[in-house]
Amino acid sequence: METTMFQRMIDSAAAPALRFSGVSMVFPDGTHALSETSFDVRAGEFVTVVGPSGCGKSTLLRIASGLHKATTGSVTVDRSHVGYVFQDPTLLQWRNVQRNVELMAELEGISRSERHSRATEAIELVGLKGFETKYPKQLSGGMKMRASLARSLVLDPKVFLFDEPFGAVDEITRERLNDEVIALFQRNGFAGLFITHSISEAVFLSTRIIVMSARPGRIVGDFAVPFAYPRSPELRFDPAFAVLSGEISHALRGAHA
Amino acid sequence: MSEQVDIRLNEVAPTTSHGLAGDFATFDGRYSVADLDSVQPFAPVKPAFEWSRVVGPAVIFVLFIAFWQYMHESGMRTFFDKPGFLLPSPVTVINDSFVNAKARNNLINGLGWTTLVALTGLAITIVIGISLAVMMAQAKWVERSTYPYLVALQAIPILAIVPIINSVFGGGINARLLVVVMISIFPIVTNTLFGLQSADVGQHDLFTLRGASRWTRLRKLQLPSAMPAIFTGFRISAGLSVIGAVVGEQFFRQGSKPGIGIVMEQYRQKGIYPQTYGGLIIAAGLGIAMFLVFGWVSKRVVGHWHESARKAA
Repeated sequence: METTMFQRMIDSAAAPALRFSGVSMVFPDGTHALSETSFDVRAGEFVTVVGPSGCGKSTLLRIASGLHKATTGSVTVDRSHVGYVFQDPTLLQWRNVQRNVELMAELEGISRSERHSRATEAIELVGLKGFETKYPKQLSGGMKMRASLARSLVLDPKVFLFDEPFGAVDEITRERLNDEVIALFQRNGFAGLFITHSISEAVFLSTRIIVMSARPGRIVGDFAVPFAYPRSPELRFDPAFAVLSGEISHALRGAHA
Repeated sequence: MSEQVDIRLNEVAPTTSHGLAGDFATFDGRYSVADLDSVQPFAPVKPAFEWSRVVGPAVIFVLFIAFWQYMHESGMRTFFDKPGFLLPSPVTVINDSFVNAKARNNLINGLGWTTLVALTGLAITIVIGISLAVMMAQAKWVERSTYPYLVALQAIPILAIVPIINSVFGGGINARLLVVVMISIFPIVTNTLFGLQSADVGQHDLFTLRGASRWTRLRKLQLPSAMPAIFTGFRISAGLSVIGAVVGEQFFRQGSKPGIGIVMEQYRQKGIYPQTYGGLIIAAGLGIAMFLVFGWVSKRVVGHWHESARKAA
């Protein structure tokens, strides 16, 4: 009895939180988005995928979350604990920040008092305390993204998917939001899968970077990022940061060809 | 790995752009609460009084009254070779219809019945219209199958089917309600349908992610996001429902419920024209009042999150 339980704990620790096994995606219109993609993301790992536009990066996330079904191959993930931050904040305009953040918990059927306290905590974590009663149109782009982050946090995700979430905010805001994501990552230890076009954002956030080719996307580069957490903003000026960014940039140029 | 966690989120990071109230677009939430209070991104700016809003309509009003008076005195004769009493002067209309107590009571009484029919008809229209739109929004094929008939309903000349309505429903209040529904249902259905389909794909994805049921999606996503459009439909249909009620009264006059349309027609038959025009003014006033009331309600319901509702009415 004791042994099996112990065994199970070891198994669960060893099993990746998210596994893509030979995933291919061909859309009904014939677009071949992804080709035979396989990789794992474990708890405490932060994997960022970079690649040319239209290489199927976002498709990976949509397959992982169940929004799309892979044409061939399979995904292993516990969908009840997946957080998903979209490119757009996708807040509901008629709900204030508090009620927007509660939404996912509400859809999950979590009780009113429980989701209220979880949302309050998440709002504080992303630095939106004091803005609970504001409506989306009263918020800046960065604040909307924070609310969107908090909305996913409420479900305490074991796997956190980020689909180019900070593409539309300015540089300074983006760097601050990156700090927040790292702090959340360290605090919750989820398995992170992040999509971006920005190499420096990828290097700054990740433990591992995957470079994908132009459509149909497949993995053409795989880099371990050696920097320790917490990562200070100064890391961006570190020579080692520049070297790694250069290598990834090089791999990306190859991917475009 | 959670041992040396450095949670810096709750601290107020010393940033360079601290306290720049004008720099709100780049603001990302890292100010202290005191600073936040001083940031007023969308402080309501009281609009300066615009003379054109008052002067323009006033000038048009004066010109209109002058034109009316002219038509009464000589225009009717000059242009149409008809006597001036067919278009009484504005002063006569006001005097005979509203200063004269008997006529006023007649008209107000009629207004009451018309309002009742218009509102009842509108309520029925809203229930049927929204239900129809919700059904149409469930699947593209439902929408495609039903939409042509909605357009056809819109195209039917009401006057042409009045005899049929009369044969089936008689000449009472039910027939009037039917006319109201037929005239006012189209804007409600189309606006509600448009609204239900206005939620963006990303928002739908959110609900799909959590496996939300059709009902949950309808209740928590589609209906709320449709509210501004639904109210636009209400406003248009409210005006139409008054027209429907008055038109209905012209044809269905059984029972002891003489609406404004009936009162007007009775005056016209007796050759008493001022009160006929008075009824017209009252009927138009009712339509405008309904439009304004729905504009006001809309502002109350969705004004806090939707821009257009703020500007309207």
